[in-house]
Parts: sequence; structure tokens; C-alpha cells
Amino acid sequence: MVEAAYKSTGAISVRNVRKEFTDTKGERVVALDNVNVDIYPGEFICLIGPSGCGKSTFLRLIAGLITPTEGEIFLDGEKITKPGHERGLVFQDPTLFPWLNIYDNIAFGLKVRHIYKERKKEVREFIRLVKLEGFEKALPHQLSGGMQQRVGLARALVNNPKVLLLDEPFGALDAFTRMNMQDELLRIWKERGTTMIMVTHDVDEAVYLSDRIFVMTPRPAKIETIIPVDIGRNKKYGRKRDSADFLNLRSKILRVLNFTGKEIQPEYNI
Amino acid sequence: MEINKAASKTRDFKLKGLNILSALKGKLAFDFRTVLPVTSVLIAIITDVFIPNHKNLKHPELMHYRYFLYISLFAAVLFTVLSLFIKKIRDRYGYRGYFLTGVYIFLTFLNIITAKLLLLPQIYFPSIARIFEVFFDDTKLLLTCIGSSFMLLVKGIFIGFCLGMICGIAIGWSKRCNYWIFPIIRILGPIPSSTWTPLALVIFPNAKSAAVFLIAFGVWFQITVLTCSGIKSVNKAYFEVASTLGARDRHNLFKIALPAAAPTIFMGFFNATCSSFVALMAAEMIGCKSGLGWYVNWQKQMLAYANVYAGLIIIAVFCYVLVTLQFRIRDKLLSWQEGIVKW
Repeated sequence: MVEAAYKSTGAISVRNVRKEFTDTKGERVVALDNVNVDIYPGEFICLIGPSGCGKSTFLRLIAGLITPTEGEIFLDGEKITKPGHERGLVFQDPTLFPWLNIYDNIAFGLKVRHIYKERKKEVREFIRLVKLEGFEKALPHQLSGGMQQRVGLARALVNNPKVLLLDEPFGALDAFTRMNMQDELLRIWKERGTTMIMVTHDVDEAVYLSDRIFVMTPRPAKIETIIPVDIGRNKKYGRKRDSADFLNLRSKILRVLNFTGKEIQPEYNI
Repeated sequence: MEINKAASKTRDFKLKGLNILSALKGKLAFDFRTVLPVTSVLIAIITDVFIPNHKNLKHPELMHYRYFLYISLFAAVLFTVLSLFIKKIRDRYGYRGYFLTGVYIFLTFLNIITAKLLLLPQIYFPSIARIFEVFFDDTKLLLTCIGSSFMLLVKGIFIGFCLGMICGIAIGWSKRCNYWIFPIIRILGPIPSSTWTPLALVIFPNAKSAAVFLIAFGVWFQITVLTCSGIKSVNKAYFEVASTLGARDRHNLFKIALPAAAPTIFMGFFNATCSSFVALMAAEMIGCKSGLGWYVNWQKQMLAYANVYAGLIIIAVFCYVLVTLQFRIRDKLLSWQEGIVKW
């Protein structure tokens, strides 16, 4: 199941996690309930489900941006209490720092950690990896959406995180760019062996990319099932999109989502 | 055949000729707007030379205005000629053509109603020549005044800016500071700084330091409010991304919050500069013995209105230069927001 165990680190354990929020009326809302799950080092996980099922909450809990109301989350046995560079985060909106050029955006993590001098070379390396040579001096707003997202990826990856958290990173891209980015992400994943946890609305994307798919449902917000993707990867490390296995798995997931009795609301942003 | 050859030859010739012409055309071009200022300056000169001054005009011997027009004519002709050859000058000068024309028409109009026809009381509305004369007569005093005003302004803005930044950051960043300081600013801030004059004169040992206080006060308020609001309105996602990249609190402040808030802070700085001019003039009129505000006020009391106007012109140029300087600095520092924010 774990195909890319290049690293022995990057394991996430989630134990009895419950997260409540207080809404504007002052009432408690359960965003995530009773989550118990293990993610192995170097694994590619997709979280899928309709809106309001706690996907992003789950991701933000792992990132340490919010803390669970109950339960604990561990990274390689160490409890997560606050954000850290070993858990990189990429949003749907690339949120590049508009006042820094592409190079400085990517170098940001190394600079604030005071390891820029030693690892300067890696900035160039990642610029090459995401195919943005020649754009080092450009400002974020001068780049297309796909390029900005690649900068966002490189900026998170240059820190060499154990876990990369992706919150619908390709949601705002057109179908063609999205497919390219998926392949690029897989290439980087294979190369670096980073544990990937990705939130998506797109069943196809989940089947194409992941080792396991966590299907989540709202009310109560929880992980409904975990579906292993037992389809061989092609030479781009993805799956053949029109194979029978792919389509079967796809309809299986759609059935799981429907099984809960909730309408599936497609949220493609194409 | 023969005819054809000949025809093609002439065509070649013609083409060559056309090429040269078009090459010249690319270099040489004429924009009628570049002639307009010359015309208007000429009109101004003709008016000044051929219409006699009113017989009751005081100091009809002053030629400053006419010399100014001669220099203007020289400059206008020079620019018109240059703009035949240089595209950049042509475009810019051409663009300003109507405006410059308007300026000289206005001067001519002023000249007519003051020196030529004496339609207005000359004690309050002196001739242009007399206003220009002040620049030459009073050069030394005016320069001292500019220097003195400039120093007051720089000190006031510097102190106000530093304090404003500190307060703004404190309020925008820390909840506790927000709790304690923000209400004070809400109460003290909106009071126009000139209202503090009586208190400032008592507290500070001399008029100069009181003036610096008044200027600094206005600047401090503007900078505080806009720095604080700039920091508070920074997109939270920047902090989230930064902290997952390993940034700590101080990085979040200095590397995220401040740069992200820089456009707002600059807006505050711009407002502060403008209000500091007001404070400067008010402050100089209360007890300083030099400075542009003092000069204007003093000349007014002497009923030397030509000097008042000269002082006003200098104040206008002074403020214009400072504001322009500030815009230049902003464009340099905040070039990243080009295409994001328009002013």
C-alpha cells in the first residue's frame, strides 16, 4: 500500500480527535468527531467529501494552525501543538507574498530559519524543479495562476518538510493545467518521498494520485471510510484514467458518498 | 521591355526617396501642441510691452515679469525645437501644451487687470512684477525661512513618524496594547493639533520646540491609525503560510505584517505630510521668529502683499517638492504593488 517509503519519517497518527468551533450565535459546532487514523511515511493520502465535512479542519489540525478540542495528533511520535516547518502547507489560493519576488518567496522559509546561507543552492534547485527558471525576479502578480501555484509548492518544499499538506491546491486551475500539475506533484513526491495529504473535491484527482482515499461525510463530520487505491501506477506515477479499475473505483467512491443519503454537490472550479 | 525597365527604375527611385522620407519622418515629427506655449508666451510679451501701464501704478519701472517672460519664451522655443527631434520630449511637452498655454494666458489676464488697468486695489493685488521682485529683494530672508521651516518639518515628521510607527505596531499587534492605548488615541487623536497650541507653549521651553510638538502630534496620530489598521487588515493566510514555513512571531511582524501593511502606512504618511503643512503654518504663526508661515503672517501685518504672495508661491513649491519626493520614494519602495493598488 505504501509505495514510496523513501523516508522513514513523516508518519502521522491521529488519536480520538474532536474539534469544536463556536459559531457566530455562540453555539458549539462539531467540525470533526472521533477521528482515529494512521498515515504512513511517504504515503499519498487524499481527503475527499462534500463541503462542511471537516476536510480543511483536519488539514489545519495537522498543520498546527488550530488545536483539537479533544485528542492528540502526532508526527513521528511527537505531539503537534503549533505550526512548524516540517509540515508544509499549500492553499488553493497560492497566497504568495506579493512584496517578494519569486526567488525571495521560495527562499522565505530558509531565511526565517537562518539556514539560507547553507542551503542557498536548493532554492535554485526547486525553481528548476517547478520549471520557473527565468522568473526569479518576477513578482507574483505577474505570473499565471498555475505558475503561482507552482511557486507555492516550491516554497513549501524547499523547507524539505516531512509532510506536505495540500488544501485543494489545484482547485482554481483549468483542467489542462491541473493535470500537468498533478503529474508534477507526483514526480516531486517520488523524488522526495514526502508524505502528502491532500484535500480535494475531485474524485478523479483522488483516484489518480493517492495511495489511500479518506472519504469524509458531514453531520457528523468524520472519516466515513478509507479506500485503498490498489491500481498500479503508470510511468508518470499516476493511474491510467480510462482503465476499468479506475472507473470502478471512481464509482465506488461516488457510491460511498451517496450512501450517506446526502446529495453530492460537485464543486469543480473549472 | 524597355519601357517596363524604365518604369521599374523610376519606381525604385521613388521607393528610395520614400524610404529616406519615411526614415526622416520617423525621426522628425511635428506636434502642433508644442507650438501653443510659444504662442501664448508671445501674446503675454506683446501685452506687456505694447499696452502701457496704468498711470497710477507704483513701481512701473520693475521689469522682473518681462524678463521672466523672455526666459519663458526662450525655454518654450527651445522645447518646441527639441521636440521636433526627440520623441520623449515631444510627447511630454505636447501633452502639457494646453496647460502651459493656459498658465500664460492666466498671467496675461492678471497682468491686464493689475498693472495695465488697475482694476483692483493695488495694495492687496500688486502687479506680477512686484511679486517677482520679492524673490530677488528678499532672497536671503526667504532662504532662511525655507531652511527654518524645513528643519521644523523634518524634526516634527521624524519624531511623529517614529512614535506613530511604535504605537501603531503595538496596537495592531498586541491585544493588551490595543486595550490600553487605543481608547487614548480615540480621544486625543481627532483633536486638531493647533488646538494644543496654548498647552504646547506652556510646556515647551521655546516656540520652536512647541512647533515641533504640534507637527509631530498630527503626524503621530495619522501614522498610528493607519499603521494599526494596515497591520490588522493583513490577510490572515499570510501569517498561516509563514508559520508553516517556520516563521516565528517576530518574523510574522517584521517580514509579513509590516511589508503587507506598507501601502497603508504610506497612505498615512502622505496624509500626515499634508496635515503637517497645516500644523507647520499654524505653529509658525504663534511665536516663531522665522519660517515661511511666520514670513507670510508678518508681511501681511506690514501690508506688504507682494511679499505675502511671494511667500505663498514658495510655500506651494515647497510642499509640492516634498510631496513629489515622497511619491518617488513610495514608487521605489512599493513597486511590487503596481497593478494592485491605484492612487
